[in-house]
Amino acid sequence: MRTMIKIAQPGAALEREVTGESLYWSRRQFIKAAGAGLALYGTGLAGCDDGPAAEAAPGRKLLTLEAKPSALSSAEEPTDYQDATSYNNFYEFGTDKEDPARYSSELITNPWSVEFGGEVGKPGKVGLEDLIDRSALEERIYRLRCVEAWSMVIPWIGVPLAGVLKSREPTSKAKYVAFRTLHDPEQMPGQRRPILRWPYREGLRIDEAMHPLTILAIGMYGRELPNQNGAPLRLVVPWKYGYKSIKSIVAIDLVEEQPPTSWNTSAPREYGFYSNVNPEVSHPRWSQAKERRIGEFRRRETLPFNGYGEQVASMYAGMDLKKYH
Amino acid sequence: MDTRQAAAAAIGLTPAAWLVVRFFTDDLGANPIEEITHETGTWALRLLLVSLAVTPLRRVLGSRLSLRYRRTLGLLAFAYATLHFSTWMVLDHFFDWQAIVEDIFERPYVTAGFTAFLCLLPLALTSTRASVRRLGKRWVRLHKLVYVAAAAAVVHYWWLVKSDVTEPFYYGAALALLLAARLPFGRFR
Repeated sequence: MRTMIKIAQPGAALEREVTGESLYWSRRQFIKAAGAGLALYGTGLAGCDDGPAAEAAPGRKLLTLEAKPSALSSAEEPTDYQDATSYNNFYEFGTDKEDPARYSSELITNPWSVEFGGEVGKPGKVGLEDLIDRSALEERIYRLRCVEAWSMVIPWIGVPLAGVLKSREPTSKAKYVAFRTLHDPEQMPGQRRPILRWPYREGLRIDEAMHPLTILAIGMYGRELPNQNGAPLRLVVPWKYGYKSIKSIVAIDLVEEQPPTSWNTSAPREYGFYSNVNPEVSHPRWSQAKERRIGEFRRRETLPFNGYGEQVASMYAGMDLKKYH
Repeated sequence: MDTRQAAAAAIGLTPAAWLVVRFFTDDLGANPIEEITHETGTWALRLLLVSLAVTPLRRVLGSRLSLRYRRTLGLLAFAYATLHFSTWMVLDHFFDWQAIVEDIFERPYVTAGFTAFLCLLPLALTSTRASVRRLGKRWVRLHKLVYVAAAAAVVHYWWLVKSDVTEPFYYGAALALLLAARLPFGRFR
């Protein structure tokens, strides 16, 4: 049995405590220095390195966040911070993996608010500071599986989405949750071209949204989210392909019908509404049987529901997961 | 091979050398295997298109532009295609034959890429002067496969991208231009 599906026991130490915070940043820099030494000439980066926060988020200092450890965290080693913040799919800032880190510095994340609508007793705009209770923050170390057959392990910081939704008092008609990303080509240069139908939209069934594993994250690796990772507020649904975990959220609607979602609208044959990680259902472009964990050489087997089957499989009992992929 | 061809070959191998430098300075990013795959593939396509520019350019420049460049460029394209193919087979799939075969037959973009590579193979094998002499007219006919290879390579790229086809479009447009430049315009007058 692989260690990767091991779930940390209650009271497990924070990832930060286990690794020691400085180790988050130092691994890559060590490799860099070693590589530079090997080649005799450095890239010149190591010398003028301003520290990880400066490197990962140009123009914005990422504040440290206090968070409680969670029993739902994986015990796996988190992906190198540099990799997690320089290899991103966030088409609002460009389609190359390096684009989001390069072109997201214009994004204004403060002030930020989220508009609630649809089947809720308490609709309207809520400021981020009122939406997320900082004293309730948890660290959730989750596997992240991209549909492009690569994966990472990310120590997110956030709160369960369920609590946030309940505070808006959903009505009995609320069967689905629809999310929307900011639409502003001034701040998001990738939106100047019609790569997808902007704004980006995602959705969950209400039971998926209320599941304890589903969180709204405002941070990772002990700090606030860098812009390229979906600042200041993003969804994290660890048993689904990464594109379901919508970034920079400005609107959340509770709705009666299954809402349209961006990739599904763009290519319905390739991306389903559910998008649960499933090694049995191939994407036309990628076999989903295996994945490359960033930082590793050999591909590893992909697990059903990204290894979260024990917690989530029952929600899909009796459903044809090939049809509803 | 004269000095000018050697210089062309040296320039052509620079991107590969640069990849080696980037590897040792840990500059290939979070997913080095993907980066190597993309870079070798892109250079194979670029060099293939440049090799296809030799014939139309000779219409303008005449014999000042030696046909030998065409062979050098073609072989360079093949070298990058081989690096691209082996990166995919060895580094990416690590000889997982089942996955490799499944990819070739079930993922259209891989089918197209593999087709392009298969088309280039006999061309590289018959690139010697002796082969040209021995095959005569059949050599010319055989080497028309380069058009299939180039078209398949563009399709490979086109089908590979998720939604932004800007770059594959540019390569496709370049290929279309190079093919149009071969049309016997004079005859239509």
